[in-house]
Parts: sequence; structure tokens; C-alpha cells
Amino acid sequence: MSALGLKLTLARTVGRALRASGRGGGTSLPGELLLRLEPGALGALGARLAGGSAVISATNGKTTTAAITAAILERAGRRLVYNRAGANMAGGVAAALLAATRPRGAMDGDSGLFEVDEFWLGAVCGQLRPDTVLLANLFRDQLDRYGELETIAGRWAQVVASLPASSALVLNADDPLVADLGRERADVRYFGVEDDSVALPEMQHAADSKHCRRCGSPYHYDSIYLGHLGHYHCPGCGQRRPEPDVRAQQITLHGTDAASFTLLCGSQAQTVRLPLPGLYNVYNALAATALCLTLGLPLELIADGLQHTTAAFGRAETVVLGERTLQIMLVKNPAGVNEILRTLGLEHGQLDVLAVLNDHTADGRDVSWIWDADFELLCPHLRSITCAGTRAADLAVRLKYAGVPAGALAVIPGLAAALDHALAHSQSNRVYALPTYTAMLELRAELVRRGASSPYWRRPVP
Amino acid sequence: MSQTQVLRVCALYPDLMNIYADRGNLLLLRRRCEWRGVGFELSAAGIGEPLDPAGADLYYMGGGQDRDQELCAADLRELKAVALATAAASGAVVLGVCGGYQLLGHAYQLDGRELAGVGLLDVHTVRSDGPRLIGNAAIEPELPGAGGQLLAGFENHAGRTYLGPRAARLGRVLRGHGNNGTDGSEGARQGNVIGTYLHGPLLPKNAWFADWLIATALSRDGLQPLADGLEERAHADALAAAGL
Repeated sequence: MSALGLKLTLARTVGRALRASGRGGGTSLPGELLLRLEPGALGALGARLAGGSAVISATNGKTTTAAITAAILERAGRRLVYNRAGANMAGGVAAALLAATRPRGAMDGDSGLFEVDEFWLGAVCGQLRPDTVLLANLFRDQLDRYGELETIAGRWAQVVASLPASSALVLNADDPLVADLGRERADVRYFGVEDDSVALPEMQHAADSKHCRRCGSPYHYDSIYLGHLGHYHCPGCGQRRPEPDVRAQQITLHGTDAASFTLLCGSQAQTVRLPLPGLYNVYNALAATALCLTLGLPLELIADGLQHTTAAFGRAETVVLGERTLQIMLVKNPAGVNEILRTLGLEHGQLDVLAVLNDHTADGRDVSWIWDADFELLCPHLRSITCAGTRAADLAVRLKYAGVPAGALAVIPGLAAALDHALAHSQSNRVYALPTYTAMLELRAELVRRGASSPYWRRPVP
Repeated sequence: MSQTQVLRVCALYPDLMNIYADRGNLLLLRRRCEWRGVGFELSAAGIGEPLDPAGADLYYMGGGQDRDQELCAADLRELKAVALATAAASGAVVLGVCGGYQLLGHAYQLDGRELAGVGLLDVHTVRSDGPRLIGNAAIEPELPGAGGQLLAGFENHAGRTYLGPRAARLGRVLRGHGNNGTDGSEGARQGNVIGTYLHGPLLPKNAWFADWLIATALSRDGLQPLADGLEERAHADALAAAGL
């Protein structure tokens, strides 16, 4: 056995034993061990994939975009090595590669597909040398962990500059910070939305990057679709939104269930009914489409795959609990929350909501961000809201100042009791759960204990 | 005693200096005035706009990204420093949080450059090569009329701020890093000019301090109490998160 082979065996065996002993560690533990033993493991194992690797990063939507892309590629017969459970730092990517290793240098899979945390993009790409990189958006997120948006954008620019010239980029034309990364690159495919019926009346408070990356002048927007995503140009230096190859037009949002649109690529057009809600998921679908086109799939096959996609872990997934259904929508930053609130506002009738705010490391320990989100959007649609989590009272204060009346607001920090309360007070058969990341894991564990079922629960809890 | 029936607040650079959800502070001031029948007027002064030294009872400046803070620093010096000093001298409350606090001081030294502030607080700030000072924090403020109340919040800053002889600390650090992580001070106060690194945002976590600011800006002895059950729970949770 080679030196690398020994390290693979050791990392696999020790990682498995540690997980089995319950001494902590998640999906990525064997991968973290492997990277300790062999810092070059991502490059060495990635090179064994005959079809190369694609990497996906973004502030919002990377798990969903990766899940949509994976489903389409697998329907097309690709055998993926994929960090399916969403462990998206270097250790998680290494763990997915390690799990696919077979004797004598073989791999169980021909192509890599990895969602990567925006902070880890440089470390992963430097090692893995991906053939294709999809960068979908950058929003203000967990400042205590990620730092300023400009800092992340600067890091991404360095990552792009250090990619081999042969690497293909897939970029969001509507995000000026992201689109600008393609300026010096030869092989770039852009995607974007082209439908002013879904435009916002004005820039949201949480919008960032209002100033030109190149010259500092304020951008002029002809249309704003989501946060700072839209049709922009710089009156100072003339920088403008690139013409995208992959476009969505004639968009119709069907409440919290689905979105339909015309998917265009060049002169080809397909009508798609995406079984995921909201404009943000239209963006995720466009990103996945552009990536799959770059990976060589025909548009017809991609459009078919989009219609058969299912919700990713905790992202708009619907869980049946006795007579009731619970729709879980992960929340983690102002831009993401605003999109979810906007999507909830599409529903008719008054809504019952369970909102869970935790402040553990993975959620961001600083909960300031709830004040940047436009909870005011929810007020006209709300019948009851139960606040839970380690910072339940902070969330309740935010809602009180947004205009939610005291009678509609309950504060119950414990999740199980809060879930009981939300279910008992709902007058419809559906409750919307808006948990932060660790709260989402807790909520799913609680639902499993209660025997809840979901048609989509194929994934292990990470 | 004359009682002003309207609180006039001016937000400085609200579209650039807002990184730590600073609008939460403004919303607390607005609602807590409205719920008491006190009028509330919000104006804004952005880049290139003059500042009226008699136009507000309370001037607020939040934090921004480095690049935005530099843009604002130049504009603040050129177009607003004199007016802000005049307002402060006539008793208006000036509150700076995080980057806004740094700009109320004399200067912020960054990588061999110096970003000049307006000098309303006798403090100066130095960018450190050390780690950013990040985390939940709690302080015991040294304010007239604070009545033993504490301030809780979240700090996240690379700059280390040092007090000169004319500035008092806003409070003593009970948990967290404070101005510089070494001398146990947090924030600064000189008359009604106040700076602090505590966001979270500051006022939703410390509703009593929102009332202190309103009362001070309107020269009132006290304000009608409000039903603050939720605010008090959030305050207690923020103190607990800081380890108290």
C-alpha cells in the first residue's frame, strides 16, 4: 500500500471509530483527519476523478443549487462524488472524496461536485484545481465570522486570479460584485433574471455593494430583483451588467410551493415549473442550469431535471406531522430572510409561524442581523408567531418594533414546547418554521422523535 | 421646565454607516417616542450634504465597512465637523457606534495612514495587527441617572481606542474587550457626546438607554414608563450571553 493509501485507511478507520464512539465530530471528521495526515489530499484525490470537479459557492443558496445540480447530473448518468450532507469546509470536501476512494487508486464516481463555504473557497480551489467554478452571490452575512462583504469579495478575486486559465467560470450577471470577477477571464457563462414583473419597488435596507467595484461611484439600477441583484450600470466608469447566456423570463411565483418561468439559453427556450418557491429559487435554478450547460448537458435535459427537483435539507422542505404540515425555511442573514418573508407574503390568508433564533457559532453569535431584515413585510400576513431559541426574546423585540401586536406574539425559548405552542395556535393546517442553522438541525431531530415524515428525507442529518 | 414635544434625530450617512443593523437603534428611538405621544422626526445627512447644527436634538452615526468609513471620514471633516461641534456645544446628544465612535475621536491610524476624525471625543484609535476584538460584552456605565443599569451588546472591531484626559470612559468592562482589550474601559463620553463599540444593535438590547438618550436630548427628568417585558428579557439574555 502506498503512503497515501495508508493515510486514507487510517483517516477512514479512526474517523469512523470516533464517530461511532459518540465523541463528537460530524460528517467532516474523517476528512479533517485526512487533511492533518496529508495536507495535499484534496489535490491528490481530486486528480483521480476522470470527469474533473465543479465547485459552487455563494452566501445564499449553495446547498439548494448543489442539490438541484446533483439531481440533474445524476439523472443524466453522471456518477458524482458530492458533499451531499452540506459539510462545506475543506474537511467536508475531503470527507466526501475519502468516502469515494476504492482500492488501487480507483474512485466510486467520475465527477466531483462540491459546495464550498465562501470563506474556504481559496483553500479548496488552491488544492482541488476545479475545472468549473460557480459563484452565485455575495450578501452581508455573519460579520463576526466572515467579516465585511468587501473582504470576502477581495478574497474571491484572488481565488479567481489564481485559477488555471483553463478553468470555466459560471457567474451571476445580476450581482455586480460577482459579475465583475469575470472581467479578465476567457471562459465565463453568466446567468440572470429578465422580468420586471418581479422587480422590487426600491432597494431594500439590507442591500450591499451599492458602489462600483472599479471606480467607487454609486451604481444606477434600472431594476432591482433581490437585495442588490438586478440590472445595474455605473455612471462613473460605464461598467454594466453583462449580457447573460442563461435567462429567466415570464416568471410566476406560486406562493410557498413553486415558481414557473421561461428558461432561455441563446435561441432555445423551455417552460419550467420549478417545485421550489420564491424568486431566490429561480436564481438557484438558473445557477444550476448554467453550471450543467458548462458541464456539457443539453438544455432540454436540464429543464426536465429542474421540474423533478426536490427541496434540500431544511430549505423549503415540507414535513407532515399528524394532521398538520410544517414547512421549514432556513434563515441565516438579512437578504435570505427578506426573500423568505417576501415569499410568505405571496400566500393568501393569515399565517402561523414558528421562528427560532439561536446564537451558536454556526448561526453567528452576533444576532444584530435580525434588525437588517424587513420583518415589517410579515406583519400584514401574520396570525400568530412563536419565538424560540437561545435568543427568542431578541427576535420578539424585533417583531414588536416591526409592528406585530403583543397578542400575536409568544416567547417560548425551548424548541419542543414552542413547537407544541405553534401547532396548538395555528388555525390552518400549515405552520411555517423559520429556524437558524443549528435550530434547523434541532427542529429536524425533534420532528424525527415525533415520528414526522417527509418524502424528501433521504439525507443523513449532518 | 419646557418640554419639547418632538424628538428630532439626524442619522449621519445612514446608507453607508449601517453595517451592524444600526437602523435598529433608530427604530427603538422612534417607537419609544411614538408610544409615549412624543413626536419623532428623522432626517439624514449623507455624502455631500450639509448638516444643520440646530436641526436635531440627537445625531447618530453607526459603523461601516472600511472603504465606506473612509469615504464618510473625508466628507465628515469637510462638510459636517463644524456643524456637529456647534450642535454638541449647544447640548445636542451625539452618539457614535463602532466606526461612528472612531470618527468622533481625533484620528484612526491604519497601516501607516491616518484617518482624521472630528475630535469631539478626546480619543484616538489605532488599527492593531492583533486579532479583531469580537464577542458579547457587558459594561457598567458611568452615566448620571443610569441608576445602576448595565449595558450589553456585541463588539467586533480591529481598532484599539485610547482615551485622552478630557474624555471619560462610557463604562467599566464587566465582560468582553472594551476599547482596547487592556485598560478595562469601554466607550467614551464628553458631555452629551457618546461613543461605544457595543452594537447588537445597542438600543434594542438596552431599552433603558434609549430612554436615557431621549430624556437627555429633550432635557427631561423622566419619561412615562412603557410595558417593557420583552425588552427586559432581551436585555437579560444579552447579559447572559456575555457571561453575566
